[in-house]
Amino acid sequence: MAGTSAQLDSKTLWGGKESPFQTSYGKLMMWFFLVSDALTFGGLLVSYGFTRHDVSVSGTELWPIGEETFNSLPFLGHGYPLIYVALMTFILIVSSVTMVLAVEAGHRMDKKGVIKWMIATIIGGFFFLGSQAWEWYHFTHGSEFGKVELADGSQAIVQGHFGEIEKFTVTKGGKEHKVGTEIKEDLMHQFQHAAESGHLHMHNDLLQIQLEDGSVANVSKKVDEDLTLIIKKDANPENIGKRYEGAEAQKKYYEALTSGAENRVIFGAKFFGDDQFGLNEYGPQQYAQFFYFITGFHGFHVFSGVVINIIILIGVILGTYHKRGHYEMVEKTGLYWHFVDLVWVFVFTFFYLV
Amino acid sequence: MKRDDLIEYSLHAHHNEEHGKKIRKKIWRVTALLTIVTVVEVALGAYIKQSSSIWPLVKWSFIIMTLLKAGYIVMVFMHLGDEKKWLRGFILVPYFLFMLYLIFVALWEAIAVGEAWTTYGGA
Repeated sequence: MAGTSAQLDSKTLWGGKESPFQTSYGKLMMWFFLVSDALTFGGLLVSYGFTRHDVSVSGTELWPIGEETFNSLPFLGHGYPLIYVALMTFILIVSSVTMVLAVEAGHRMDKKGVIKWMIATIIGGFFFLGSQAWEWYHFTHGSEFGKVELADGSQAIVQGHFGEIEKFTVTKGGKEHKVGTEIKEDLMHQFQHAAESGHLHMHNDLLQIQLEDGSVANVSKKVDEDLTLIIKKDANPENIGKRYEGAEAQKKYYEALTSGAENRVIFGAKFFGDDQFGLNEYGPQQYAQFFYFITGFHGFHVFSGVVINIIILIGVILGTYHKRGHYEMVEKTGLYWHFVDLVWVFVFTFFYLV
Repeated sequence: MKRDDLIEYSLHAHHNEEHGKKIRKKIWRVTALLTIVTVVEVALGAYIKQSSSIWPLVKWSFIIMTLLKAGYIVMVFMHLGDEKKWLRGFILVPYFLFMLYLIFVALWEAIAVGEAWTTYGGA
C-alpha cells in the first residue's frame, strides 16, 4: 500500500533517488513480470479464439460445448454440467483470499497470522492441483459412450446412462480363456478397447466381444437409458446439431459399435499414438491440444506458485522478514498467486463457459 | 553496511489492528461478490443452451462478469487500486491496448482464413 506513504511533490518524485511510483524495485519488477506473463496467457487464449472462429466458418463441425464436455463429478458420474470446474474455480478464489489475508497480517507484523494464512493458501493450491489431475485423467480417458462415427460418416457425441457391463461369458476359447469361463474383471477397459479396435460384433442379437487372446465372449450388459446422439460433424451443415433419441439412437450407436471397423468409436483424448489428439472424443484436434496446453501451462504456474509460497513460508517461520521490519516478500509472492487466480478466471470463461 | 540509496517503501505500508479490521471486512465482501458472480456464471452456462436465442446476450454477460471479477482481483487482492496512479496506468494501459488490438486482428483474420479453407479446400 504505497499510497499511504508520504505525499511528495513531483519535483522530489522525479528528481532522482525516490521511486516515482513510491514502491520498491522488487515489487515493480514482479508487476512487470506479471504483465509479460499475462501477455503470454492472453496470446494463448486469443489463439484459441482464432482457431475456434477459423474452424467454425465452414459450418461442418461444431466446436465442443463446455457444459457437454465437462459434466462429471468424482464418485457421482455424469450429469453435473460445469459443477466440477466451478468447484476448482472456487478453491482457487478461496486460496487467493487466504493469501490476501496473509499479506494483511504482514502489514500488522503479525507473524503467526502470516504463517496461518500462508499454510491455508498452500493447502488450497494442492487441492487445485489435485483437482486438475483428476480432470486431466478424466479428459484423457473419456466418457463411457465415447464419440461415435455413424454409418453416413457423420460424427455424434453420446449422452445418457451407460448400462453397466456385468460379465463376459466365453463361447469360443482362446490362448487364455476356456469356453464357459466368466470374466468379471477389467470389463470396461476391455470393452472400450474392443470397441475402438472394431472387435465388438452382433451375433443373433447378442453382443459379442473378441478378446485380446483370440477368444470370443458374450457380453452381459444392462440396457442403456436415455441414450441421445447429437451430431457434431457432418459434410452437410444442415445436419449439425441434429439429435437422435430412444430406439433410433440405440440402433445407430450399436450399429457403429459392432461395425467391425476401427475407430468408429473414440474414447477420450490419448496422449500417445500416430495421430496425437486427432482422434479425440470431444471435437477438432486443436481443441484437445489447447485444453492440455492452456490448462497445463496454468497448472504449471499453480505448481510453481505453491513452491514459491512454501519457500517464502519457510522464510516467514525463520523470522527473516520480521527482522527486516516488513513482510514485502509475502506481498510479492501474493501478487504472483493472485495472478494465477486471475488467469484462471479467464480460462474458466473462455474455455469452459463460452 | 547501510545503503542510503535504498528506500524501504514497505516500512510505510504498515497499518494497525483497527485499520486491519476495515481491510479484512473489504476482503470478505469481495470474496462474497466473486463467489456469487461465479455461481451465476455456472448457472447460466448449465441451463441456457448455446442454441438458444438469448445465447449472444449470455455470452456477453459472461465477458462482462469476467472483467468484473478480474477488476476486483487486480484492484483489491493485488492492491493495484492502492498504488500510485501512474503505476496503475503503466501496467494496465499498454496491456489493454495491445490485447484489444490482438483480439481484433486474430478474430478478424480467423474468419478470412476459415473462408479460404472452405473455398479452396484442404486435404
